[in-house]
Amino acid sequence: MWEVFIRSKAGLDHKHVGSLHAADADMAIENARDVYTRRMEGVSIWVVESKYVHASNPDEAASLYDPANDKIYRHPTFYNLPDEVKYM
Amino acid sequence: MNTDNLLLTYTLGLADNALIIGHRLSEWCGHGPILEQDIAVTNTALDHLGQARSLYQYAAEQVNGLPVEAKQNLFSSEALQANIVGGNAIDEDDLAYLRDAWDFKNALLTEQPNKDWAYTVARSLYFDVFQYFLFNELQKSKDVTLAAIAEKSLKETIYHKRWSSEWVIRLGDGTGESHMRMQNAINDLWPYTGELFKMSKAETAMLAMNVGIDLESIKVLWQKEIGDVLEQATLSLPAQGWMHEGGKNGIHSEHLGYLLAELQFMQRAYPNHEW
Repeated sequence: MWEVFIRSKAGLDHKHVGSLHAADADMAIENARDVYTRRMEGVSIWVVESKYVHASNPDEAASLYDPANDKIYRHPTFYNLPDEVKYM
Repeated sequence: MNTDNLLLTYTLGLADNALIIGHRLSEWCGHGPILEQDIAVTNTALDHLGQARSLYQYAAEQVNGLPVEAKQNLFSSEALQANIVGGNAIDEDDLAYLRDAWDFKNALLTEQPNKDWAYTVARSLYFDVFQYFLFNELQKSKDVTLAAIAEKSLKETIYHKRWSSEWVIRLGDGTGESHMRMQNAINDLWPYTGELFKMSKAETAMLAMNVGIDLESIKVLWQKEIGDVLEQATLSLPAQGWMHEGGKNGIHSEHLGYLLAELQFMQRAYPNHEW
């Protein structure tokens, strides 16, 4: 199994789009090209063997993520931005 | 078919090769060994159909441009002839769906059945490498339409060739059984490769006009590349020997009739049906 990451256009980052079967890296890239870029979705492909992806444990979600729920002061939403500042 | 229209014959030969191999590959749709290859092989089939479409459009344009008297007896199919002489312009669909088997000019290799994955990728390897060198040369054709189609098709063909080479190498250099089955496919389809390089009357005439290409000159390149792929695949190159021929002149193996029966059924049974 391989995880597939596609860069949709130059300058953007590679995004995870899905996974597929392949016997080795070359075949994974070819398969990714055929499965995930048929409609001009990408200009670059990364494949990573799924076994090298280490994931957080869903059972620990409460301890990992819930503590962030009441820490609204970590969001930069308490500043008054001047109107001239755009794209913040 | 009237042999005076040599550019038309030449264009149809290119178009028929693309349509027939494309149809063969499309037969894998929903039957591929794994999802990834089901999509890969049908993507390739669509590339071939796209090439066939451009070429048939050009052929149809040539037919439509003929003087009335030259349009008589172009093809044996009454349904097609009725459209040609009926005053309306014909299009790519008429040529694909209404011609009879003996008016098809595809090489015998392209109509050979899929059988199994090894036969499918062996047939594709032989054909893709051939198409690669053909389009490479045809880009320089004096005929601007053919040159443009060749240039566009070459990009697709480079990928087709990569895909089929990879598979032949993978299966040849795989397990004992995959090696044996790959070698059988390579051997069995080999006698269909000679025809690709045998110049037909139309091909000879088009070469003389700098429209077509010299198949003899790309034969050496083809043999070299096939030899390299087979060597990497730990497979042996079949010995030269007797070769089948006929497809380019409309004399086909029994397989084409069945293929066309499936391909053409709807338009033959329900003329001008749309969906």
